[in-house]
Amino acid sequence: MTEPNSFLEVRDLRTHFPTDDGLVKSVDGLSFSLDRGKTLGIVGESGSGKSVTSLSIMGLHKGGSARISGEVLLDGQDLVSSSAEEVRLLRGKRMAMIFQDPLSAMHPYYTVGHQIIEAYRVHNKVTKAVAKKHAIEMLDRVGIPQPDKRVDAYPHQFSGGMRQRAMIAMALSCDPDLLIADEPTTALDVTVQAQILDLIRDLQREFNSAVIIITHDLGVVAELADDIQVMYAGRAIEYGTAEDIFDRPQHPYTWGLLGSMPRIDRERTERLIPIKGTPPSLINVPSGCAFNPRCNYASLNEGASETERPELLDIGAGHKVACHLSPGQRQKIWETDIKPKL
Amino acid sequence: MTTADTDPTAVPGVVEPEMGEELLSVTNLTKHFPIRRGLLQRQVGAVQAVDGLDFTVKKGETFSLVGESGCGKTTTGRLLTRLLEPTDGKIIFEGRDISHLGDGKMRPLRRDVQMIFQDPYGSLNPRHTVGKIVGAPFRLQNVKTEGGTKKAVQELLELVGLSPEHYNRYPHEFSGGQRQRIGIARTLALRPKLIVADEPVSALDVSIQAQVVNLLEDLQDEFDLTYVMIAHDLSVVRHVSDRVAVMYLGKIVEIADRVGLYETPMHPYTLALLSAVPIPDTKRRGKQERIRLQGDVPSPIDPPPACRFHTRCWKAQDICKTVEPPLLQLAPGHQAACHFPENQPGGEAPKKATAS
Ligand SMILES: Nc1ncnc2c1ncn2[C@@H]1O[C@H](COP(=O)(O)OP(=O)(O)OP(=O)(O)O)[C@@H](O)[C@H]1O
Ligand SMILES: Nc1ncnc2c1ncn2[C@@H]1O[C@H](COP(=O)(O)OP(=O)(O)O)[C@@H](O)[C@H]1O
Ligand code: SF4
Ligand code: SF4
Ligand SMILES: [Mg+2]
Ligand SMILES: [Mg+2]
Repeated sequence: MTEPNSFLEVRDLRTHFPTDDGLVKSVDGLSFSLDRGKTLGIVGESGSGKSVTSLSIMGLHKGGSARISGEVLLDGQDLVSSSAEEVRLLRGKRMAMIFQDPLSAMHPYYTVGHQIIEAYRVHNKVTKAVAKKHAIEMLDRVGIPQPDKRVDAYPHQFSGGMRQRAMIAMALSCDPDLLIADEPTTALDVTVQAQILDLIRDLQREFNSAVIIITHDLGVVAELADDIQVMYAGRAIEYGTAEDIFDRPQHPYTWGLLGSMPRIDRERTERLIPIKGTPPSLINVPSGCAFNPRCNYASLNEGASETERPELLDIGAGHKVACHLSPGQRQKIWETDIKPKL
Repeated sequence: MTTADTDPTAVPGVVEPEMGEELLSVTNLTKHFPIRRGLLQRQVGAVQAVDGLDFTVKKGETFSLVGESGCGKTTTGRLLTRLLEPTDGKIIFEGRDISHLGDGKMRPLRRDVQMIFQDPYGSLNPRHTVGKIVGAPFRLQNVKTEGGTKKAVQELLELVGLSPEHYNRYPHEFSGGQRQRIGIARTLALRPKLIVADEPVSALDVSIQAQVVNLLEDLQDEFDLTYVMIAHDLSVVRHVSDRVAVMYLGKIVEIADRVGLYETPMHPYTLALLSAVPIPDTKRRGKQERIRLQGDVPSPIDPPPACRFHTRCWKAQDICKTVEPPLLQLAPGHQAACHFPENQPGGEAPKKATAS
């Protein structure tokens, strides 16, 4: 399904949680691949399975109640079948993660410097003094002023933006090959967001890492991502280059996202075009296409939308769509119904 | 959020309330929160959350307050709805000075001025049914409605796109968007004239956010509402506003109509703010010229003197550190507080922070 030899290959990943209310299918059959030096953007509304995807790749659901199946191949090694200990040793060095809330990734009782030093020394046999020098360099690298003084500060003494930068310094201290950033700027003001996005982009160029950026902000992915995966109810419903998704989107849900989005770059005289209804519960995903109760075009397929789950199929040059509409139908709807109103 | 000039439903001969009439005006509005220390709780300083605002809001318009976290937007909203007592300055609503009205005198006014709160989760009492929450304003104000409160509440629920059957349900049974609708229904109960909406859509997913934005627009048309919209999402603000005020560290640095603000921003901070927003357009990738602001917003306890933006402004000169720039009208309907503004009429080609 995916080309061999990609640095990261995710194949038919499923992460299900048994709960009192039933089985939560947070991720339900996800496949994609990513090369070094490339950025994949994952977008979708809250609850669509974005964070569970990233935690599953990082092996952070191991040992809990989660039922994980499929393959996550990092440079050829399958992380799903590896032990928790084996995956733990890969974290930091081979792969690292930035969270929405930096406080969840940092210990409140240790200084910022201490935490970067410890993270560094897990993978590098160096003295504390050498590690501290490295920590100061990293803080400087992410734009913390007076890093030699700030290295001894505690997380609560930093502003939100500085904390986010310190966490990035920690995540990048061992130069990971894969960086997953889960809503890295959602809690930040736009001017600080711009600084952090610049930072992620610069560091990626410098270290040639593979980056996954998870966000609900379409502006952020348009700016940063080479490829974009749109998720709905635990599955990818569209996948393509940033140009595919923004300039020639093919899935009704993607159209809905774009139609809902107010624009900062132009006067938009038309009303917003919301998606009707609300996202489904992942315990009771609608049969057939999970989007069908909210889709304006579900009736065009003689019932297929309600009964058969559409597969994510290539419609040319790596652009993939999971929808029963024929290419001709989609093209016509996009040109006449959607595009003129955006 | 204004209707088109030709309203097909308008009844001939009936004079619509003229837009442009002043509903609210604010002069030198100030709120300093005292900081107290020690056993005697002596005041050792103050958070200058809002410091000398001047603006007016016209009947029927949507006037937005934007700015980064902590700049004083919510405090301003709470002052306008008189949930807070101003430290200084005047608030005139419909020609009447309401700056220091006591609780008793404020009560009838609470019908006219309502607030939608920032957090759709925290602002609804989890132990009360939807019926009780939305019906509360009727009880508090002792308002008798035709057919009883229940019927009135059910009509309100329908108005905001919920079902009358939701009457006996509890807030936790609803999604974020639905909870915001419950909050809006409660706000509308007493048919207010002015609604101060504090980040009404910030916590919502984009598809649900669009539903609520459209709802607010429809309600404004239907009931001639005036909105003061508080938001930090500059795309949403461009979509909903007639006029916009930009705040920085407790002060208004620029006020303009929507087009003026987004097409020809004058204050350097506004330019920086607009240029920081990622644009969902692949053709602009890597081409967006971004003004990089250094550092963080200073503390409102000890704000920089004169122009509060001078510690981060790339245009700052000596005068910016000593003389406070007043908020001056530099183009029709366009005010900015800066010694060296951008995009002055008659100047060079406009600098559009949001254009390529
Ligand atoms: N009751 C209070 N006592 C002391 N300081 C306060 C109080 N309420 C607000 N502040 C301070 O006043 C300033 C302005 O706060 P405000 O809540 O108005 O900001 P805001 O612009 O609404 O920010 P956000 O976008 O984060 O909601 C902040 O520095 C805040 O910490
Ligand atoms: N540990 C868990 N146990 C049960 N359900 C979970 C767990 N973690 C996440 N979920 C559920 O999985 C779904 C996807 O969650 P998540 O990946 O966090 O969404 P998002 O796309 O917003 O990041 C949600 O319905 C969430 O409630
Ligand atoms: S498969 Fe049917 S319901 Fe799903 S997106 Fe396509 S048309 Fe809509
Ligand atoms: S007054 Fe000076 S410091 Fe302030 S915004 Fe204008 S140029 Fe910048
Ligand atoms: Mg998440
Ligand atoms: Mg606020």
